Amino acid sequence: MAQAESNYYIPHGSYWPITGSIAVCSLMVGFSNVLNGDTWGKYLMFFGAIVLLVMLFGWFGAVIKESETGAYNDQVDTSFRWGMFWFIFSEVMFFAAFFGALFYTRVYSLPWLGGEGTGATTNSYLWPGFEAIWPLTANGPGEIGGEFTPMPAWGLPAINTALLLTSGVTLTWAHHALKANHRGQLIIGLFLTVLLGAIFMVLQGVEYYEAYQHLGLTLGSGVYGSTFFMLTGFHGMHVTIGAIILFVILIRCIRGHFKPEHHFGFEAAAWYWHFVDVVWLGLFIFVYWV
Amino acid sequence: MAHVALADKGQDLAHPKTWIGAYVWSQDHKVIGIQYIIVATAVGLVALALSAMMRLQLGFPGIFDLIQPNEYYSAVTMHGMIMVVFMLTAFFLGGFGNLLIPLMCGARDMAFPYMNMLSFWVYLASVLVLCSSFFVPGGATGAGWTLYPPQAITEGSAGSGMGIILMLVSLALFIVAFTMGGLNYVTTAFQARTRGMTLMRMPLSVWGIIMATILGLLAFPALLVAAIMMLLDATLGTSFFMPAISDLGEVSSTSGGTPILFQHLFWFFGHPEVYIVALPMFGIASDLISTHARKNIFGYRMMVWALIAIGGLSFIVWAHHMYVSGMNPYFGFFFATTTLIIAVPTAIKVYNWVLTLWHGNIHLNVPMLFAIGFIFTFIHGGITGLFLGNVAVDVPLSDTYFVIGHFHMVMGVSPFLIVFGGMYHWYPKFTGRMLNDTMGKIHFWVTFLGTYAIYLPMHYIGILGVPRRYFAYGTTLSFPDSVQVINASITIAALIVGTAQLLFIFNIIWSLFNGKKADSNPWRATTLEWQTPDTPPKHGNWGPELPVVYRWAYSYSVPGADEDFIPQNEVPSENSKHEVET
Repeated sequence: MAQAESNYYIPHGSYWPITGSIAVCSLMVGFSNVLNGDTWGKYLMFFGAIVLLVMLFGWFGAVIKESETGAYNDQVDTSFRWGMFWFIFSEVMFFAAFFGALFYTRVYSLPWLGGEGTGATTNSYLWPGFEAIWPLTANGPGEIGGEFTPMPAWGLPAINTALLLTSGVTLTWAHHALKANHRGQLIIGLFLTVLLGAIFMVLQGVEYYEAYQHLGLTLGSGVYGSTFFMLTGFHGMHVTIGAIILFVILIRCIRGHFKPEHHFGFEAAAWYWHFVDVVWLGLFIFVYWV
Repeated sequence: MAHVALADKGQDLAHPKTWIGAYVWSQDHKVIGIQYIIVATAVGLVALALSAMMRLQLGFPGIFDLIQPNEYYSAVTMHGMIMVVFMLTAFFLGGFGNLLIPLMCGARDMAFPYMNMLSFWVYLASVLVLCSSFFVPGGATGAGWTLYPPQAITEGSAGSGMGIILMLVSLALFIVAFTMGGLNYVTTAFQARTRGMTLMRMPLSVWGIIMATILGLLAFPALLVAAIMMLLDATLGTSFFMPAISDLGEVSSTSGGTPILFQHLFWFFGHPEVYIVALPMFGIASDLISTHARKNIFGYRMMVWALIAIGGLSFIVWAHHMYVSGMNPYFGFFFATTTLIIAVPTAIKVYNWVLTLWHGNIHLNVPMLFAIGFIFTFIHGGITGLFLGNVAVDVPLSDTYFVIGHFHMVMGVSPFLIVFGGMYHWYPKFTGRMLNDTMGKIHFWVTFLGTYAIYLPMHYIGILGVPRRYFAYGTTLSFPDSVQVINASITIAALIVGTAQLLFIFNIIWSLFNGKKADSNPWRATTLEWQTPDTPPKHGNWGPELPVVYRWAYSYSVPGADEDFIPQNEVPSENSKHEVET
């Protein structure tokens, strides 16, 4: 069990939290406004995003400073581990809900609409001609969704899988190098990881471009397009965040931060990256492949 | 910026001089807790005002004409969502969680004070965004608090434009805020306890709050996902919750989705959400009852395991909210069974409260009145929950006032009674003054009796078949005209109970200046928050030395002891030689 110590340095007041709140509030109000089709929202969104970035710089800068001046003992280290563990658990539930939605659509709702089991009359009266197929191309009343070609698994997605898996290996290599105090290997391994993540993001962008320009696959392409872009999009967002985190860690490594026995900042980023990696495997199997 | 332990730097505490330094930039958990409580109370008053408008409409249709049908639906929706999420969840976890966890665990602050503060400010932003939706064109969303699509986003229904967008955005902000706060509560309770405070010595309040937080961390993502999907369905033409439907003769541009998916996602969050409110309520009720009955809580370990069991089971009962959605009967059978099983640990808790009272030295002061009142309302609400958990009983009763009566008893009134009990109990610790006793007793009796005047008739008219969410009933052959009389009487009772809450608010403000001065432990309680050197506790809570804990939180009426309580941090001696921990 963790034991608290008697002497503490307790952080004094900070003006960053209220700044962050104003930023997030502006960002989201602007976003709602944009979604509703008005014009002034994007300026508010832009303002919010800038302030949010400034806040994050201020916040993480202060944390890094506290860490580097040796303010953190083992108890704080364990606190960070608990916090990160529960955060990633929460993120797992986030993606579980997305996958749940995908499975529910494929396993239950499409067969129902297609008239399976007791749904025969529903199908013939409400959705005449609707056929339960996956990927769900134009079909049923009004030929909704339009013609599109589903994203093939063994093109870019397979390359992306290889990229992310390799990045997991290079990251582990970097971690071992950090523990063994080989700074050169650490920096090379981490640099490769960030590079592979960046290439992944570029390829994902190319894939989206292909989908919209040549395959006719868009957000509006029925439920296949919706789930496809939603799942890959949120994963891509997480890869972007993970890559930015790793990039910051890389810069910190170049500056000589972290010790072989004390480097939770690095480990937290690595946990996050591996989590994103595992989610991608699920995506590759269930969104692209089967 | 984490909670930093530094052996060689000694004490370095903040003593802000300015108002803005003390209340806006402060990262002190007590300030944050009080801020949460103030905002939650304010938004709760908004929801209370909405319910008064709804009741006036239902009780006296056509006489007051305060609201139009569309506004009525907005009021129903906002009342529900505010009370469940923005008031009760925020009050129990943000308010009591922040105030109590560090003090009861013997910590100087939360594990991540910066994130804690950010959590409050983002929560405030979410409340502001939510309230702004009253003022946009089309008004606030009127989809009912469950926000079921396609109605929520289909043109023509109340608030289907900007209203629903703001609601979903506000929920997303709330979830971000809750996640930041929740990581704190869990980490602090598991990680920053003082010496001797083992998990099985923690007061049940802390157990209840952290179990609820864990539920929240695992359940809120499902709501976030559902909100994101609905946001895109409403604005960018995706098909998650929309099959190919025709609306006013026009076929929508969506295909292959299903509204039932939203119901699953919503209730996968929604049912644990009931327990996110209920578990802190159980924990705080246990502490109030034990303290004011001067008796150890009966079956402490059983209470802890019951909390954990309820938390676990709450994830596999969600579809009992969806019996009428056309689900497979075997599926319904499964969820009815799990629903009945979850009643077992809940009943264990109720029996243990009653057994704690049995042969106790009961002090009927205001917090105790509220705690005992809570046992009554909770049993009544819980029993009707067993009715509704059974498919065959639920189907005819669903969407009637029986359901309204049930959930207002079990997760409307019951948590509020504990919120009030907790406020009367801990107010002296955080302000240094007692709340006025007479006003408190009036507040209790009006609220408690008024509750029955409001909700018992609702069960009755529900069985008569009066449907919920109706603006006015007019003349109908479906149920007798006397329903209108009952509705009028419910409205009068509701207005009286609503006024009593204003008395409570008045009491809080009045006692801040005129209340009787409280000493550091007015209830002579054992738990650590009453043993602080200062009242109210200063930044850092404990002065130079952290307390050391030698026993559990329930050493009341120990034979042979000088007093009828032994604080958790009293060094074991002759005084405590007969104490037993169970």
